[in-house]
Amino acid sequence: MNNAQDNPFRSEKALKRLRRRRNADMRFQGYGIVALGFALFALVFLISAIAWKASGASTYHVIRVDLELSPQTILPEGDASPEEITRNIEGFYSLVRNDLLTRFPEANETVQSKRAFSSLIDRMAVLPLAREVADEPHLIGQTTSVDVPLSDDVDMFLKGAAPRAIFLRVGEASSPMRNAEEGDFKIEVDRLNKVSAKIAAIGQHGAEPTVLLVADKSVGRIKSMEDGDVILEILTGRQDQFDGASVKAVIIPSPEDQRSVSDQQIAWALALKAEGVIKRVPHFSLLTHTDSTYPELAGALAALVGSLLTMLVTAAVSIPMGIFAAIFLEEFAPKNRLTQIIEVNINNLAAVPSIVFGLLGATLLLGTFGLPRSAPLVGGLVLALLILPVVIIAARAALRAVPPSIRSGALAVGASRMQAVFHHVLPLALPGMLTGAILGMARALGETAPLLLIGMVAFVAEVPSSTTDEATALPVLIYSWASNAERAWEPMTAAVIVILLAILVLMNLAVVLLRRKFERRW
Amino acid sequence: MDTTYDPALAGEGADDGQPLLYPRIDCRDVSVFYSGKQAVFDVSLPVFDRSVTALIGPSGCGKSTFLRCLNRMNDTIDGAKVTGEIFMDGENINSSHIDPVLLRSRVGMVFQKPNPFPKSIYDNIAYGPRIHGLVDDRQELDAIVEKSLRRAGLWEEVKDRLGQPGTSLSGGQQQRLCIARAIAVRPEVILMDEPCSSLDPIATARIEELIDELRKRYCIVIVTHSMQQAARVSQRTAFFHLGHLVEMGDTDQIFTSPRERRTEDYITGRFG
Ligand SMILES: Nc1ncnc2c1ncn2[C@@H]1O[C@H](COP(=O)(O)OP(=O)(O)O)[C@@H](O)[C@H]1O
Ligand SMILES: [Mg+2]
Repeated sequence: MNNAQDNPFRSEKALKRLRRRRNADMRFQGYGIVALGFALFALVFLISAIAWKASGASTYHVIRVDLELSPQTILPEGDASPEEITRNIEGFYSLVRNDLLTRFPEANETVQSKRAFSSLIDRMAVLPLAREVADEPHLIGQTTSVDVPLSDDVDMFLKGAAPRAIFLRVGEASSPMRNAEEGDFKIEVDRLNKVSAKIAAIGQHGAEPTVLLVADKSVGRIKSMEDGDVILEILTGRQDQFDGASVKAVIIPSPEDQRSVSDQQIAWALALKAEGVIKRVPHFSLLTHTDSTYPELAGALAALVGSLLTMLVTAAVSIPMGIFAAIFLEEFAPKNRLTQIIEVNINNLAAVPSIVFGLLGATLLLGTFGLPRSAPLVGGLVLALLILPVVIIAARAALRAVPPSIRSGALAVGASRMQAVFHHVLPLALPGMLTGAILGMARALGETAPLLLIGMVAFVAEVPSSTTDEATALPVLIYSWASNAERAWEPMTAAVIVILLAILVLMNLAVVLLRRKFERRW
Repeated sequence: MDTTYDPALAGEGADDGQPLLYPRIDCRDVSVFYSGKQAVFDVSLPVFDRSVTALIGPSGCGKSTFLRCLNRMNDTIDGAKVTGEIFMDGENINSSHIDPVLLRSRVGMVFQKPNPFPKSIYDNIAYGPRIHGLVDDRQELDAIVEKSLRRAGLWEEVKDRLGQPGTSLSGGQQQRLCIARAIAVRPEVILMDEPCSSLDPIATARIEELIDELRKRYCIVIVTHSMQQAARVSQRTAFFHLGHLVEMGDTDQIFTSPRERRTEDYITGRFG
């Protein structure tokens, strides 16, 4: 036994085999780690990309103005009924606009300039104010401070999203000198070379970039510049404000005719911002408003409530039905050909594409039974059918996990089969069943396709109050917002995705807690 | 010998310690089939009251299967079919007009592995009396729980923690809890299928003592793979082999002078 070749711990062959096995082990673990790492990376990337996008919609810009709600404007006919008040959007709008217009005489000059100024705020933005006044008529005649959302184009500009703008501090300006042409003037600016350098760095896209200079509440557009000498055209404010003021430059590379906000509108927005009238505030209206064609006014409330109502119907139908079907199949049904066929089909049903269930709902529920279109009732029923197989399968697994000895124990003291199931097996299986049901519900919550087919894609401006009202759901809202062209919808869409994900995370958390609380106790 | 049966004495009978030698259950030509495959062949066996009958035999010989006929637990097994007649109080309990639920309240069962419900100790015992409506109020139920636990020799150990889950007890205690649970519905017969096979020797000894105590009030049928246990606790022994009842008789006689060759071989350890 002294021979190394004979020693089973030392022999060449044994060591070689051992090495090979160890290598295979390592390789396998390596693959596992790589796969896991990739999945994790993808997940983190996805979540952070969405969260980053959505963060753009977490705040938005509003104009905060003190309004005197004068009866003449709000109640032109003298009728103070809530309907009349809410109908008079124009009155409220002119209140807000006229308050702002007093600051900008140049906006009053022509019809075009007035229209351009008006489009800083969308008309419908005053609807919440009108509703509030309609609810509380005693506000009429008083002065209140109101936040009116800025039009999405301006909001996007101020957030730096589109059109992209570069802000530079360029130091002090000299006192303005009158220029040859009317309205223009000439100043010297400390570090104008920074601006030229930046422009050079951006590169030319054909057109010259717009460069605005901002001093306090005055904004001018650069017409030409030569070694620190600038010829400036005033857009809003007064020349003398440039006198010795510290000046900010705003470089906007995209040409004016290719963007949705003009230089003039940008100037007004910058002036209002400098004055502190425009404020960036948390975007709560995303959760309190219903859908709108204006991004800054749109919110997910109707879809949220729609999803909730739909889920209620889904839960009310699929959970009891799934659990009872599972109990019957698992505990009572004879094991014969028929039940076998049913079993196989339940399993197959779980793999049917969801859109097929949508078709079923459209033809059967809408067509044959004549249920209302776009209603959470129908959506809930369709989704209930969709997740029923999943719920049944999970519930059966939960029942099977209850040891047979519990059943025998109950039967042996003279319980009937029904009593054994309902007194002993069901309480033990229920957490597992609910786990499956919640996971099924989570799937239903994210379903879009079947809801499209039964018309839950409608534009819904009213919060649905019953399961037969017209409604839409969160994933459908994401779908419709994502198909809008305007840039402002992008962060809004991402924000709704975050809301949806948050709800899903909560549901999964509930599952984890359920599992924790009711770990097997036998 | 008095062979009339007085139900009033059932399970509550006089504690005179004497075996009553009349058949509490009388099996005639009992056969059991699992999906057509026969597992028990024409077994005829009287089970006497106030005594312990042990069923012994090598593994797979049909002891458990036969035992399950006595409380119709075979009904719960898919594909199982029992033929023959099993008389109890002059009724054939194997006929379809006898409700197995009613039967099982009179013929209790204790399983190989302790299987308390995952509920409190109290509820484990109280469950049977509750579903059978044996009690009208809480006090009566408390009394039944206490009496059952006392008879199962568990009362002193658990009286202060009746609210704790039955599954928190040790294996031997759990098995006595299961016995108490069976006793609580006032059965006349108690079936035990290898009740000690998952227990340590000390817990086994306690259960054996308990069985000896219980036999004074109940008719007990116990399946065991331990011949020593059969010899220790039983008055009557039946030896099964390959689904056939080979021999039965007084335990003393079976162990000292078996009539059949196979019995002798088994008892002396030549197979099994
Ligand atoms: N549920 C069942 N289904 C089919 N065959 C069974 C079932 N239970 C027991 N058997 C068969 O019946 C025979 C007797 O089993 P069993 O009564 O458990 O034997 P023992 O308890 O004496 O060890 C064995 O051959 C076994 O395979
Ligand atoms: Mg057995």
